Amino acid sequence: MQNPYLPREAEIVERIQEAPTIFTLKLRFTDPAAQPGYAYVPGQFNMIYLYGIGEVAISIVSDPDETETLDHTIRAVGRVTRALSRLKPGDRIGVRGPYGRGWPLLEAQGKDVALITGGLGCAPLVSVIRYIVARRERFRRLLIMQGVKRSDDLIWHEQYQRWRQLPDTEVLLAAEVAEPGWTWHEGLVTALFDRAEIDPGQTIVFLCGPEPMMRASIYELGQRGVADEDIWLSMERNMHCGLGHCGHCMIGAPFVCRNGPVFPYPELKALLGKKGF
Amino acid sequence: MAEPSHYLPRSEFPRLLSVLASAGYRCVGPRVRDGAVVYEPISGVEDLPKGVHDRQVPGQYQLEQTAEPRFFAWANGPQALRPLTFAGRDKLWSAERKPDGSIDFKSDPPEAEPVAVIGARACDLAALYVYDRHFMQSAYPDPWYTARRQKLFLIAVHCTHPSLNCFCASTGDGPRASYGYDLALSELDDGFLIEARSEKGERILAALPVREASAEQIETADREIEDAGRRQVKGLPSRNLKDVLFARLDHPRWNEVAQRCLSCTNCTLVCPTCFCHSENDVASLDGSRSEHYREWDSCFTQRHSYIHGITIRPDTRTRYRQWLTHKVGSWHDQFGRSGCVGCGRCITWCPVGIDITEELAAICR
Repeated sequence: MQNPYLPREAEIVERIQEAPTIFTLKLRFTDPAAQPGYAYVPGQFNMIYLYGIGEVAISIVSDPDETETLDHTIRAVGRVTRALSRLKPGDRIGVRGPYGRGWPLLEAQGKDVALITGGLGCAPLVSVIRYIVARRERFRRLLIMQGVKRSDDLIWHEQYQRWRQLPDTEVLLAAEVAEPGWTWHEGLVTALFDRAEIDPGQTIVFLCGPEPMMRASIYELGQRGVADEDIWLSMERNMHCGLGHCGHCMIGAPFVCRNGPVFPYPELKALLGKKGF
Repeated sequence: MAEPSHYLPRSEFPRLLSVLASAGYRCVGPRVRDGAVVYEPISGVEDLPKGVHDRQVPGQYQLEQTAEPRFFAWANGPQALRPLTFAGRDKLWSAERKPDGSIDFKSDPPEAEPVAVIGARACDLAALYVYDRHFMQSAYPDPWYTARRQKLFLIAVHCTHPSLNCFCASTGDGPRASYGYDLALSELDDGFLIEARSEKGERILAALPVREASAEQIETADREIEDAGRRQVKGLPSRNLKDVLFARLDHPRWNEVAQRCLSCTNCTLVCPTCFCHSENDVASLDGSRSEHYREWDSCFTQRHSYIHGITIRPDTRTRYRQWLTHKVGSWHDQFGRSGCVGCGRCITWCPVGIDITEELAAICR
């Protein structure tokens, strides 16, 4: 019987410092046979193992058609991620996955797609933006709303500038604390709803960020007539196994690792924002 | 269903152990250790808790020795089948770092020997059904659980001595074992009624010096089991409490029980359906090797819900509520039944005697 807990060795091909605490690791399996059979969709995650320390769940940000490397953008905030931030090209780690349910990109085809993120990085959605931009003709309007705490926290500036030049694409950024030179909105990401064009019934919304920000966004979307079932969100919880066995990531009945991390809002509505779940 | 029952006189009971041993099984059964009935390897009937009764009330467990002949005249001890299938600690894999910096991942295939468990109770067989679904019928079957589980030969003993904390009759799981076993025994003073439920069980039964049970023996055994259900004094308000519990997440009783609960994790460690576990790395001192273990965990710990700076359940109120709303609430969505089998262990082994049936009655009233 196969051991589903066993990682495979991967090598760090490149390490990119995105912001003071955010970095991207481009990985390649050391066994060349492992890469071709490895299929994933944006929004899914891997368990990344740092030798002697442990595993952590990290979402995959590379394009699923990219077969050369497997990219993970990581924020150094915990025991494992801080240690991962010190790795360099050539270093080896362990990878197992992909796990969970990704973003409903097939369902989004032919629709307006609104991507709303808050906080640092929000890698799970940047991979979706890149995915859509690379297949622009399959989707209708693209609305990107990103909020950060401090304007200096915004990563991938150039990409946002590039994306806003694309046809049928609207980019709206907000920073709660704006440094000199910030040309976007100063305030919360939810304030951007008054400027955004959202066509309810035609739009599918992907949310990623701190839960209060997602809840505030869901409220604003509801005010604009967007149906609950057109709203999807990516959740984060403690994960040890990634397989739906260990019990740490449950929000009521759903296991975030197995039934999520991407959920249609109705599946979480009863418990979202309820302290302790 | 059951064959017409066979009867094995008490004097021939040792034959069951020797037949199991010659069929290649290591026998595990109840015995008294440190003042409790525990399931450990037994070498003969003299190891069984003959004449032992137990007294269980909230927060208390005591054994009493009598001169009575029976081996199974007690309710359950702190644990039974759980550690035999879902072990407290398993090494999932190990990693070795080579001088060139590469990492060699190694997985030792789980080894399990055939084990015959004598004295499985209906509550514990119901719990095993849940574990089977969780660990084996997963998209990622667990190799350690599966290896041990597939080597188990289960001999149920229908329960005739429920404790004051037992409530399997109200959950529908006992006191009669109705599935999940190879052989089932009804204990009478002078012997056992024995019934096979699987081919493996038939083979063992065929090697035993049984004779046909009398109608009177069958009637006595049935009556004792039925009485055991009727004697139970505790019960759950209903078999599915999901909707009522999730509608009462702000009930004042959650605060009240949190004042008594020590968050000690005992209830989750004796519960035969709790499956939470953590994965931990243990690195060698010279750094050349690291082993990756899975260990029992509990939703009552601070670390259980910790994620980079945030603890989702920072206090006892939210942890107790998580345990109970999961166990008898969201469990229905995950497994198609409640996670409570009515064994009463969480009541007995709670150091402050919190009673799940009382808490549920107060919240659901």
